Amino acid sequence: MSDQPVGIVAYGSYIPPTRLPLAMIHGGRAKEGGPQKAVAGFDEDALTMAVAAAIDCLAGVDRGAVDGVYFATTTSPFREKQAATFIARALDLRSDISSIDFTGTLRAAAAALQAAVHAVQADPGKTILVIAADARIAAPRSPLEMNLGDAAAAFLVGSGKVLAVIGEAYAHIDELYDVWRSEHDDYLRAWEDRFNVMHGYTDNILAACRGLFAKAGTDAAAYSKAVLGGPDARSIADAGRKLGFAHDKLQDTLFGKVGNCGAAFTPLLLVSALESALPGDKLLTAFHGDGVEVLVIEVVASGFTPQQTIAWYLARGRSLRSYDSYLKSRHLDRGEHDRRGGEGVPATIHFRERDADINFHAQRCTQCGTMHFPATRVCYGCYAKDQFENVRLSDRQGKVLSYSFDYFFPSPEPPVIVGMCEVDNGARVYVQMTDATTDQLRCDLPVEFVFRKSTTRVTNPTISGKADRLPQALPARRWQHERW
Amino acid sequence: MSVGKSGSIRDKVAIVGVGCCKFGENWHQSPEDMIVEAAYEAYADAGIDNPQQQIDAVFCGSVYPSRGTAEVAESLKLFDRPVSLVQNYCATGTDAFRYGVAAVASGMHDTVLVVGYDKPKDRGVSGPSIHMNTARGLPMTPAGWFSLCCARYFETYGAGREDLARIAVKNHHNGTLAPKSMLKKEITVDDVMNARMISWPFTLYDCAAQSDGASVAVITRSDLAKNFRSDPVYVKGVSIALSANPQSDPTFDFLAWKPTIAAAKDVYQQAGITDPMKQIHLAQVHDCFTMTELLTYEDLGFIEKGSARDHIKSGTFALDGELPVNTDGGLKTFGHPTGATGVRMIYENVLQLQGRAGERQVKGATMALSHNLGGAPQTCGLAILGIE
Repeated sequence: MSDQPVGIVAYGSYIPPTRLPLAMIHGGRAKEGGPQKAVAGFDEDALTMAVAAAIDCLAGVDRGAVDGVYFATTTSPFREKQAATFIARALDLRSDISSIDFTGTLRAAAAALQAAVHAVQADPGKTILVIAADARIAAPRSPLEMNLGDAAAAFLVGSGKVLAVIGEAYAHIDELYDVWRSEHDDYLRAWEDRFNVMHGYTDNILAACRGLFAKAGTDAAAYSKAVLGGPDARSIADAGRKLGFAHDKLQDTLFGKVGNCGAAFTPLLLVSALESALPGDKLLTAFHGDGVEVLVIEVVASGFTPQQTIAWYLARGRSLRSYDSYLKSRHLDRGEHDRRGGEGVPATIHFRERDADINFHAQRCTQCGTMHFPATRVCYGCYAKDQFENVRLSDRQGKVLSYSFDYFFPSPEPPVIVGMCEVDNGARVYVQMTDATTDQLRCDLPVEFVFRKSTTRVTNPTISGKADRLPQALPARRWQHERW
Repeated sequence: MSVGKSGSIRDKVAIVGVGCCKFGENWHQSPEDMIVEAAYEAYADAGIDNPQQQIDAVFCGSVYPSRGTAEVAESLKLFDRPVSLVQNYCATGTDAFRYGVAAVASGMHDTVLVVGYDKPKDRGVSGPSIHMNTARGLPMTPAGWFSLCCARYFETYGAGREDLARIAVKNHHNGTLAPKSMLKKEITVDDVMNARMISWPFTLYDCAAQSDGASVAVITRSDLAKNFRSDPVYVKGVSIALSANPQSDPTFDFLAWKPTIAAAKDVYQQAGITDPMKQIHLAQVHDCFTMTELLTYEDLGFIEKGSARDHIKSGTFALDGELPVNTDGGLKTFGHPTGATGVRMIYENVLQLQGRAGERQVKGATMALSHNLGGAPQTCGLAILGIE
């Protein structure tokens, strides 16, 4: 054990650009400035959002120095298969690292952060990447749908020069059914709202925070801010008041802008709080789900600026055209695109092409410098055979060489914009473009690359006839353009 | 570097008979029906009354064969002799013809049947089938591949959708004059511009239709040709070139198709063509999409790079223009049963050179070219035929 402080050394976040105005859910018209929620686009899920938040967090960090990925979510695209391993590859991390999915509960990020602290305390040279992301699905037009949103947050946990120490912790776990999803449920299920608030939330957050106060010998006055997760804005405000926090000491919960983003909810609010925190601030941070866990975050340094702030993400929102387009993007209606042909990507091809498709590596010829994507054996430039080194493209800039808009290819949001892009190191990639509109496209347009879900699936050779019903949507293989 | 140089086969091989079934959504016909219809027309054209004795070998071109070589041999009852299947993307028909020409020119066979056919309408899809069998999740549609040059070409040379539309209008007009075309409907530039978008900038009318079809040519040694008919058409050159995939080629400029340029260099050398605009009197070129035809005008050296727009406006390539292109309406009105297309173009060029093209006849034509471009696109097939 070392007495070096252990805590957060960098952080980042991701809020998808798509917004669903809440008025649309019940057939109303969206009003300018009205309440809305952030929703994952049709090519996004918890895994791709986790990658985006992690890239934001790792700006300027040597990827080779990351010793673990802990991923907190309740909406992993896989029931059996680890999302953290997938994320590690998309981030181009080492393979001799630890990877854990923390799942099953909305407070999973509290456990992930504490596990990271313990790992670093046990081996002080380590840095662990903790990511939380969720994209939960409530039944269309249900009350729950109004409150939910999708987002991700990431923290790099290490020792020594930390921005914020992860300190005292207290847990109050509780078994009850308030919001849950069983093995065969398509949508979240919820018991009656008043029961959920009273017993599922208020009882538990009061017990956890008061338990922490007793353990630490403090009360609300000892904390500069309360970063409280919870089911909805009003319940959180009530709990804060009961705990003795003035309204201006409660972190803005972003309802009406993002929504309750599940396992990423408190982590996203914590990022938001850290962005404006000053050295000496103590943040009482509460994670709700099957009880409540509380962590005290003590800010010790300032001056860290994330690549993208929460305010930046909020400002770039783009409203969906209709509720119907939301339903299509989440596969909540059976549209024509569900009947598309093709059997998807064989697992063997996925396996062979991971370097290109997930790490997003191009090959540079060591003899003549010609860049190749995807991988090849004989150089286009000098015909040298097998003389290549891998070069990561994901954090580079590029420009459009030429493009077209494919209306024929089935997509929830046609047309599919395809771009032949040239990366700033000379590599050329032929990619789908995302979060873009046709009127923005022109030759030489600058582009960046983001990790998104592909709309196809992995084939299962033994039961291919039933492929539609298997949870095998292969997420996250398109490195695409995003920010303009 | 000199690659792909072909020895001259000029005038060694002659076409003595051609046949073509009516192209279309031939729900009522099996591949056998279409192959028999086209082959027996070609037999009659060549004066062949005993094909089992007179045909020495068969080269088939088909991209979606259900039973391969046997499909053709069983249809025509041509057994106990060489029957081979050739595939080369959309240049399949031209490549099957090239194999046949090489087999005759080498002296291996005297008289060879070339059978191009395909029946995509048995696959239950109205357009091309859509595959996503690689992990990068790209639209694997031909329209998506071929449209990729448009944005860059438009921005560089100032051409636009209306120029493409004029190509479709021209080919639709020509198709109304061809008895075996599928679409017989005049269209306007507005029709093209206002039609459903398929892959920008291609609307429905910028795209070739899907159809079923079969086309057949009988070829023989030139010294035997007049035993079949008095006006044989001679093969002046035939070539195939495969170039790098534009989607991964590090030097592709999105302004020209490399395989056309490479194959043209070779076939012009074989045929002794130094000024294609003057020496070639008509051409059938691959108009799978209107932009393909536009780039082909330039890539074949008919006109300067970047000048297609002016020539389209002035009617250089219209039926009554300086160099009529797609005199039968092209893929636009025949559709594109992949293996059949190259042979169908040869059928049209033979009719034109023999003065048998009816209302669409190009007067005094003695040298004709046909062109296929296929793949992503990567492969080009060219054939030059002459009557003299």
